[in-house]
Amino acid sequence: MSTTTQRATGAPIVRVDGRAKVTGAAQYAYEYPLENMAYAWPVQSTIAKGRVESIDDSAALARPGVIAVLTPDNVARLQVDVELPLPFLAAAVPDLSLLQSREVAFRGQIVAAVIATSLEAAREGAGAVEVGYEEQAHDAVLRFDDDRAYVPGVVNDFSPGNVERGEADRAFAEAPVRIDATYSTPAEHAVPMEPHSATAAWDGDRLTIYNSDQGPFYSSLPISALFGLDPGQVEIVAEYVGGGFGSKAAPRPPTMLAALAARLVDRPVKVALNRPQSFSLTTYRTPTIQRLRLGAERDGRLAAIVHESVQQSSTLVEYTEQSVSSTRLLYAAPDVRTTARVRRLDVPTPGWLRAPGDAPGVYALESAVDELAVELGMDPIELRVRNEPDADPETGQPFSSRNLVGALREGAARFGWEGRDPAPASRREGNWLVGTGVAAAHYPALVFPSTAQARAEADGGFVVRVGAADIGTGARTVLTQVAADALDVPLERVRVDIGRASIGVAPFAGGSIGTASWSWAVEKACGALLDAVQEHGGVPPEGLEVQADTTEDVGALAEMSRGGYGAQFAEVRVDVDTGQIRVDRMLGVFATGRVLNPRTARSQIVGAMTMGLSMALMEIAEPDPEFGDFANHDLASYHVASNADVRDVDCVFLHEDDKNLNSIGGKGIGEIGIVGAAAAIANAVHHAIGLRVRDLPIRIEDVRPALQDLRVR
Amino acid sequence: MRPFAYERAEDPAEAAALVAERPDAAFLAGGTNLVDLMKLGVAGPGTLVDVRRLGYDRVEHRDDGGVLIGATVKNSELAGDPGIRRRFPALSRAILAGASGQLRSAATTAGNLLQRTRCVYFQDVTKPCNKREPGSGCPAIGGSHRDLAVLGTSDHCVATYPGDMAVALAALDALVHVRGLDGEARALPLEDLYVLPGDTPHRETVLERGDLITGVELPAAPAGAAMHYRKVRDRWSYAFALVSVAAVLRTAGDGTIDEVRLALGGVAPRPWRARTAESELIGKLPTPENVQAAMGAELAGARPLPDNAFKLDLATDLVGAVLRDLTEPEEDR
Repeated sequence: MSTTTQRATGAPIVRVDGRAKVTGAAQYAYEYPLENMAYAWPVQSTIAKGRVESIDDSAALARPGVIAVLTPDNVARLQVDVELPLPFLAAAVPDLSLLQSREVAFRGQIVAAVIATSLEAAREGAGAVEVGYEEQAHDAVLRFDDDRAYVPGVVNDFSPGNVERGEADRAFAEAPVRIDATYSTPAEHAVPMEPHSATAAWDGDRLTIYNSDQGPFYSSLPISALFGLDPGQVEIVAEYVGGGFGSKAAPRPPTMLAALAARLVDRPVKVALNRPQSFSLTTYRTPTIQRLRLGAERDGRLAAIVHESVQQSSTLVEYTEQSVSSTRLLYAAPDVRTTARVRRLDVPTPGWLRAPGDAPGVYALESAVDELAVELGMDPIELRVRNEPDADPETGQPFSSRNLVGALREGAARFGWEGRDPAPASRREGNWLVGTGVAAAHYPALVFPSTAQARAEADGGFVVRVGAADIGTGARTVLTQVAADALDVPLERVRVDIGRASIGVAPFAGGSIGTASWSWAVEKACGALLDAVQEHGGVPPEGLEVQADTTEDVGALAEMSRGGYGAQFAEVRVDVDTGQIRVDRMLGVFATGRVLNPRTARSQIVGAMTMGLSMALMEIAEPDPEFGDFANHDLASYHVASNADVRDVDCVFLHEDDKNLNSIGGKGIGEIGIVGAAAAIANAVHHAIGLRVRDLPIRIEDVRPALQDLRVR
Repeated sequence: MRPFAYERAEDPAEAAALVAERPDAAFLAGGTNLVDLMKLGVAGPGTLVDVRRLGYDRVEHRDDGGVLIGATVKNSELAGDPGIRRRFPALSRAILAGASGQLRSAATTAGNLLQRTRCVYFQDVTKPCNKREPGSGCPAIGGSHRDLAVLGTSDHCVATYPGDMAVALAALDALVHVRGLDGEARALPLEDLYVLPGDTPHRETVLERGDLITGVELPAAPAGAAMHYRKVRDRWSYAFALVSVAAVLRTAGDGTIDEVRLALGGVAPRPWRARTAESELIGKLPTPENVQAAMGAELAGARPLPDNAFKLDLATDLVGAVLRDLTEPEEDR
């Protein structure tokens, strides 16, 4: 075996599947051409709460092309009280239990579906299904002081809903400098480029679903369990996925609809949601209302933090985001209380969206820290540095590595922070008011057990298989780099197969755990393969294959506080006449361990920072209390940043050598780029105009009240 | 999607006849709005009559400085037309402020005039809407109305006309040329094309079945006048106006206003020509105080709702900024 001189990891390798994607050769879930295909289109509830009393499908069945109408009367019975090993997979079950009950829990819920020989016929048929309801009064409005909100035992990151150290409320009351402010963030949707789609086909009791999916193996667990099958009887294929941002990290109703429809008509069925349907059927980031109380000494040392958040979930699922979790470890305050409450409403089920909990939670915390800096007359970077802890303030555990201070310092130097006049509304350029802001970022670095297989071919090639998903992150490319280095061969000799549940146990592309977890298994398998080849004295004609499993390795990790840290900087300008806001530049500096591929890593971070820009200034799914759903549900009315909004967005990775993470020494970077970005922009808006807007998104009407007095030239 | 027939008319008479004889027929030009509405189930024409080949596809500049713009001239062609850019820069700017490059390359002059409101209730067939389903109610008034109108509304409808191009055309005193079913041609001021909602919000224009818009005529811009179009929206591209202003301004040597034309977008069920403000401003300097007073008079009859009341002051401030910028040399802007 030849020895390569250049290592692949760390190099800006172009995507190995880039050509397939841009030429259309890459197959997405909706693009598998099976014989005898049928198409399903959901009929969605037009009430937010109540019961389906009647379904008249006669007109639909009379339409040309309509094969069947899936209803509670003919749907396959599912094992809805199934138990699953991972709580977040169990949480997917109620929404996957399609048509198993006639109760309506939210507006837009699937109450029937039409299956036809063409998409158009199915859609037209769905419009002809008459559904009668017994409607009940619904409540779809989230309020901070709603006493029906409760503290859950465990939130989405497995931590308790309420954590207290010291006596935070008392310490706050006694602190010489206090900030007490309430922030809100709206419901936000992932709106990935590729809509949620699935193609399902049964072969006896074996089910194959080509699914737009962030975690094919994980998805096979609830789906097989619901059908009363063994996991091995359900294959999920997710070779290419056009974005997910968390919304595809568990199977959602369209996936199950395809499977149930295919079962009913005994032929393959395709489902693809359109954008309006996606707003109620594919989860969304919960709205949050957060009260932050910071008590500090006059020198800036934090004495107390009280962070209370209330958010919503559906009546189907208790889903509570970890919106207060980063507050538990970002700063070294002695007395801290963090409480997340959830209010179950008659609304669609929320779920993961890029940095769930941490994106809205750190927005609120880092806005409050900025308010404290203003109150103290202290530079916001120095205030953060002054409160830097030596060990995890919550657990007392050592940090495996933490370089928030380094990120703040490096960012300050690169951004030109020095010499900043902290006075609000102090910088004027023509009709523009200009401001700058900073915020910290944190996201935990987790690793889950994974398996992988490595195979040596007699011709000198290698095939590595791992049940990963590449949702646009570059995972397929990075795993190829990892495998090539582990095998010590050039990239061209390695093929990495991903995107199938049948490959074996592997976590999803979610929670920033994917690459760290899969890479460990890939490295381990490749190492074992080299050993096996040596043992055999070469590769036999039939090839050689080994399997690796990192369960024990992950279990043996020492108890430490592991996370990525970063500093976000933003410069904004506000038109003094109109209140239009423009983000001139954003800079993010991140300490996230070893960077495996600077090109795809940068793409991840710049994309997430851009998403943070949208979060700060544009994104809002507007609740429609009269009907119980969202008033806007397309990309014309649900705004995300357009090219014209994104000017100079840059990111830098600090060198970080952390031996206590995982085999590759990297921390996940899928989410951290959005964390703190909205706070940096909101803080910059305050610096520009002197008005603190505490409700996202910050829009024209929110900043205009400050402008009247600033117009004189 | 429902099945529908497609007919391509070869001359105007055939187009009018096809639509007249089929009550559920609609003219099709660029289709950038109509096809979306068909997908949403808001529109369900049984026949689409394609009018793109009727010869109304030219921009004809006249020697007197006026121009006749064909009904099926593409938005992108119109915006890029050298004569339009030179003589009517506000029109070019208005078109480029709307939609995306792809949409502008398909959308036409007449189609743009007749685009429908983007009110979220109008576009959602699972919810009531008086415009879509007369008598069903208007949830926007008590619900989502931030983007909707503050002027010219009624208790039955608060929808906004969403376009940009027509706002500039209103300020340019455009005439709309219409060919009736009987072949007779008539012309009407652009403002008169639109009908305010009153208690019949489903009726949006004065056009009768078989009426075909054949073009838009602009008289010469006033000599020595400057013009501008400025749009305020929630992002810097690809969003409908919260408020927009098209302005034509000519000032005397002492800076007082000789002639001014103002049209507002994003605030009313039609492009809103601010004639009250215009007459208030004649003979005055475009100072913030004078603009405030003039716009105060213009907006006196406004009916703002809780979430769109900000549009009133925004419209005033935007008019003030546009007039100020039109009186300052380019390099100072």
